[in-house]
Amino acid sequence: MPPLFVFLAVILVWELATSGTGRRVIPPPSAIMLAGLDNFEVLGRSTQATFFEAIGGLFIGSLAGLLVAFASARWLIARDVLLPIGIAASAIPIIAVAPILNNWFGVLNPLSKMMMAALLVFFPVMINVTRGLVDVQPASLELMRSYAASERVVLQKVRVPNMLPFFFTALKVGTTLAFIGALVGEYFGGTSQVLGRIVLQSMSSGRFDLAWAGILIGSVAAIAAYLVVSLIERVAIPWHHALRSDG
Amino acid sequence: MVFGQAASTQTRALEPISLTIPPGEFVSLIGPSGCGKSTLLRIVGDLIQPTAGVVEVNAKSAHEARLDHDYGMVFQAPVLFDWRTVEANVALPLEVLGVSRSERQARVRAMLDLVDLGGFLQHYPHQLSGGMQQRVAIARALALAPALLLMDEPFGALDEMTRERLNAEVLRIWAQTATTIVFVTHSIPEAVFLSSRVVVMSARPGRVTNVVEIDLPQPRNEQTRESDRYFELVTEVRESLRGRGGQVSSARLRADGAVG
Repeated sequence: MPPLFVFLAVILVWELATSGTGRRVIPPPSAIMLAGLDNFEVLGRSTQATFFEAIGGLFIGSLAGLLVAFASARWLIARDVLLPIGIAASAIPIIAVAPILNNWFGVLNPLSKMMMAALLVFFPVMINVTRGLVDVQPASLELMRSYAASERVVLQKVRVPNMLPFFFTALKVGTTLAFIGALVGEYFGGTSQVLGRIVLQSMSSGRFDLAWAGILIGSVAAIAAYLVVSLIERVAIPWHHALRSDG
Repeated sequence: MVFGQAASTQTRALEPISLTIPPGEFVSLIGPSGCGKSTLLRIVGDLIQPTAGVVEVNAKSAHEARLDHDYGMVFQAPVLFDWRTVEANVALPLEVLGVSRSERQARVRAMLDLVDLGGFLQHYPHQLSGGMQQRVAIARALALAPALLLMDEPFGALDEMTRERLNAEVLRIWAQTATTIVFVTHSIPEAVFLSSRVVVMSARPGRVTNVVEIDLPQPRNEQTRESDRYFELVTEVRESLRGRGGQVSSARLRADGAVG
């Protein structure tokens, strides 16, 4: 409850501080809300489009991350080759990559934004899943050896369950990054009905209330996606969540 | 036995040891840190290869015995899987072996009843105390009805009272299942209370210095712990540990498990 009160108090102070001063860079919440309602359809469609790009990128990036992680866990050679490449790739600033990806996949093609998002999601997923697969308690491996269990059985019964909490942590981080990736890609060019372009165009035409409405709706969409992933996590690994809440 | 290490310095971890354990016996290995008792246990369990020597279990090599699932092992840490319930943890070796679901369920329940945890099937390990977790580990070790149970200081991390209680549990389980048990411990009272024979080892290099026969009557209980003979035997083991016992050596190690 307290966070809610703080939030409402902030909105109230914001409203009082900025109302009656005409159009500004930070408009009153009431103006933002009006702009949002006036442009409901456009904002709705744009949010959907951006959401689609982010989730698509999340999917592609985590799939790629999973594949590379399993390969590097299984074959040491793969790890020695792919890990440095992955680290180098993640070190490239996304601002630099965005125009390249837009060019490569097509500025108006949602895929270019998806690839932007995927690029950001890939590394956290890959590194966390690799760690989860490899960093298993030695005692567990000794136990499995005492059962004369094959590597495949060890993977199935020990490494994969061990990896799941790491994977979901990376996925949650990746959700936020995917939205950033999609939006940054959109800033560098895209169809007009995506959140990034709405925000950019509103700002350049002085319509900050609409820009803020776009930003806030984008945040809500990202939070919603995050919550969905958290929910999936709770269903997939109920034991882990219980561990955390039991303290 | 000589171990090669990664830094290419060779450490002689264990001198040649000869030990024969008849089926159904309860034998403790006791000694100071670094005497190689855990190493010896792992050699018997085929988790480490000796550089020389022969280990025979049930008239097979240690390697064959491991592949045939003749062993159950209990370590100092319970090594239970966080993501599995108590029931699923005990079922693990049965799953690896491909036992059918209904048979698995029946066997798991029987083992958990044996260790008095029948009411905790759906609990997760983190919800249990250390002593309870070790009992789950014991239930799991017995799941395949092994001929030989290898226990490496299983109660080392527990408090004294829990340890004494679990000692009684282990003896009860031993009587009920007629498994052969090789038990590594640091604790003299524990070794004397549990075993039919205590093998005393010393360090640098690891070797057997004495074997003390424990002629205390079965079944053993709290009265046993307070008897004169018990104190005499504890003293004898203690003195052996201090190096006043004899030397035992020759070239082969044999540990025979119970049949069936």
